[in-house]
Amino acid sequence: MATLEHMPESASAVREEVLDNGLHVLIQSVHTAPLATVWCWYGVGSKDETPGLTGVSHWVEHMNFKGTTNIPREQVKGIIEKYGGYWNGYTWIDQTTYTETATRDALDHMLFIEAERMHGCLYDPADCESERTVIISELQGGENDPEQLLDQELTATAFRAHGYRHPTIGWLSDLQTMTRDDLHGHYKRFYVPNNATLVVVGDVEPSDVMRRVASHFGTIQPAEVGRRRQTLEPEQLGERRLTISKEGTTAYLKIGFHAPEVTGRDFLPLLLLDAVLTGAKGVNLMASFRTPPPQRSARLYHALVDTGLASAVNGALAPTAEPYLYTIAMTATDGTPLARLEEAALGEIDRVRAGGVTPQELRKAKNQLRARLVFEGDSITNIAHQLGFFETIASWQWLSSMGQSIESVTLEDVGAVAAERLRAASRTIGCFEPVR
Amino acid sequence: MNPGAVDQARTESRPRGLAPARAVLASGATIMAKETRTTPAVTLHANLRGGTAGDPDGQEGVAHFVSRTIDRGTERQSADAIAEQLDSRGVTLSTSVGRHVLSLACTCLAQDFEDVLTIVADVIMRPTFAAAEVDRRRGEIVTLIRQDQDNPAMVAVEGLNAMLYGEGHPYGRRVRGTLDSVERIDGHALRRFHAGHCVPSSLSLAFVGDIQADRAIDAARSAFGAWTGAPVLEAGTPPAPPPAGRRGRVIPMMNKSQADIAYGFVAIARSDPAYYAYVLMNNILGQYSLGGRLGDRIREQQGMAYYVFSALEASLMPGPLVIRAGVSPSNVMKAVATIDAELARLATEGPTEQEMGESTQYLIGSMPRTLETNMGIASYLQMVELFGLGLDYDVRFPDLLSAVTRDEVHDAARHAIDPARATVVVTGPYEGPLP
Repeated sequence: MATLEHMPESASAVREEVLDNGLHVLIQSVHTAPLATVWCWYGVGSKDETPGLTGVSHWVEHMNFKGTTNIPREQVKGIIEKYGGYWNGYTWIDQTTYTETATRDALDHMLFIEAERMHGCLYDPADCESERTVIISELQGGENDPEQLLDQELTATAFRAHGYRHPTIGWLSDLQTMTRDDLHGHYKRFYVPNNATLVVVGDVEPSDVMRRVASHFGTIQPAEVGRRRQTLEPEQLGERRLTISKEGTTAYLKIGFHAPEVTGRDFLPLLLLDAVLTGAKGVNLMASFRTPPPQRSARLYHALVDTGLASAVNGALAPTAEPYLYTIAMTATDGTPLARLEEAALGEIDRVRAGGVTPQELRKAKNQLRARLVFEGDSITNIAHQLGFFETIASWQWLSSMGQSIESVTLEDVGAVAAERLRAASRTIGCFEPVR
Repeated sequence: MNPGAVDQARTESRPRGLAPARAVLASGATIMAKETRTTPAVTLHANLRGGTAGDPDGQEGVAHFVSRTIDRGTERQSADAIAEQLDSRGVTLSTSVGRHVLSLACTCLAQDFEDVLTIVADVIMRPTFAAAEVDRRRGEIVTLIRQDQDNPAMVAVEGLNAMLYGEGHPYGRRVRGTLDSVERIDGHALRRFHAGHCVPSSLSLAFVGDIQADRAIDAARSAFGAWTGAPVLEAGTPPAPPPAGRRGRVIPMMNKSQADIAYGFVAIARSDPAYYAYVLMNNILGQYSLGGRLGDRIREQQGMAYYVFSALEASLMPGPLVIRAGVSPSNVMKAVATIDAELARLATEGPTEQEMGESTQYLIGSMPRTLETNMGIASYLQMVELFGLGLDYDVRFPDLLSAVTRDEVHDAARHAIDPARATVVVTGPYEGPLP
């Protein structure tokens, strides 16, 4: 077993290369533990799906763990485990990604798996059928959660045209009818080196990693991904509402506003505004929302939780490639009518739209975000995730300049974003009313 | 831990491995510290021996209630002042409660360590449990309990624990208590629980991050040095869990889409000599890769479930071994039949040599990953302290696990997972027969 004796502190600059076949490679040495992590990102997510094929990206992700030309199905398990490793994958609206983290001596195996996944997955018809029920089970598990159900309905109501409107897992009827050829076609089209970013971080030497990457991936042929049709979401012209009345115990309220893409001018001011309203989360999709934000002095916490109207309030502004949503989710305390909670929440939103935030609030929001960015760099997995995630939606450099960019956001910027982005006409209000 | 000892402030070290520093104050409080340089941040983790096992009869949920109110005002500062100081530094103080410990944990920038430690120490030593705060948090707890009642997975696990241990046993009760018991808990009850359980001799602190171990220990000595209190009274021995034959319960929740299965047994305590054999058995059964043998059969081959796994919760008392799965209601009988068959097969045939090798190698190899982050190390140190495993446990662990034989794992399976003695709870949109 490798021991954990302290190693010299050192994290190198990011090394960036592009292979002849278009594969984008990002490498960073971080010598704090005898570990290495590999992430392979594909520029395809649920927003790229067409009617009838919703959920195909996610199902394809599942299929890509079921053996390849050179990794028999029954040997998938065990390659990384032998090195104490963890492996997984996820699909979201803009991206699909696969990861392994293990002791550094597994690096070659991790790269081999990702190269195989890029061009040699099998799509055995029986495996496709067997996975159909697993995916439907995943969908039904999500439906058991009223908050997830409300989020799905709110997103579908806020978006009428853009591919962000359907859930990543897909609609049930598509999952029931999609064929093996649909899955395989999606795989062949999008899983090409020129649509991928490979990230390697850990106790590794960049030149050595590059040699191995070239050896594993260099011969994979590029191919045109083809034109991606995407309808721009037309401007929302008035408030939208939906109410789910379903058997349950607890009432939930969620308000969604159309938000800018990560590179949009309004993104960071809105991120800081969210910190003032509900506490800073940071921008790591894996880590940020798992650790509760520092929010007890935040405006909406005071107005909703400290008054006993809500037991929880959470704001979410995810970094995305195209304009998505800023949402505020609330859980009504037992017995509190949703109308009262909504009135109090909208009252606070009106207040910040009219008066902006104070200099003290902005300073605190910046301090919180600065600290969260430090906390999110606590593992090679998190570091590599951030490099690849931002490369798929903007560029990895965006993240490294974020700290400085946050500092330059002014009170006026935040006030203007509050006034413009939180308009009534831009919002969608979702209610989950329990029927007891 | 020796509460009567003089301030040892002795730094123990080991030649290799994690080698944390450890000191015991005169008051009995234990401090562990490990310097790392991953980020300019420090994780503070405090455990107090005041978990739900200490809930008095009729006041089930009091330990959880304390965890929700302990940081809502002290003799020296208001809840708002605490919130402002932590928030302005980007710090979230997370409080949680388990069967045996109440935990407070946070991560701060290294430059804020002393200030944040001062706040955390104040919260631990001098909470007031003011009436207005108690009433407000009661509303939140009631809402949490109502949410739990609508969560099939939670209903299944709580239902299983209640059947496995009985309501009179601390492991059989709900962590958050009941709507009735929470109504009965007031500020007096919270202060009584705090005074009885949150005392120096029950405190274990772990500091991990960008701070020298000696400096962290000195800071803790300064923050907690004057704190006094009588040692915690050990709770009486709980009643033995009821004898188990095959039994179960169906709890229909027809508003849901998926059924949740919780299938389990009373297993062993952490101190049991067979612990490492149980760890390997559990890994082979329902952990390794995508859920061990159960994952292979139920998810990969039968395509019946998105999740299926087993978990061993060996603790200060014999904890449960639980198998969990989420399946379509039409597959409940088939899934439970498969679980029965896989358990019977492991109990009858034992593991293969290949499985023994793979799981041993995986569990040993995953240690550096477990100990990569500051919070990971802090949680690990608290586990080592709670179970008295010794500061060199990370170095000894590979040998302890490697020494387990195939026969010992087979014995563990024979004793622990006989389907004829299983308790099975099914929740969700299912009204069929008990599997």
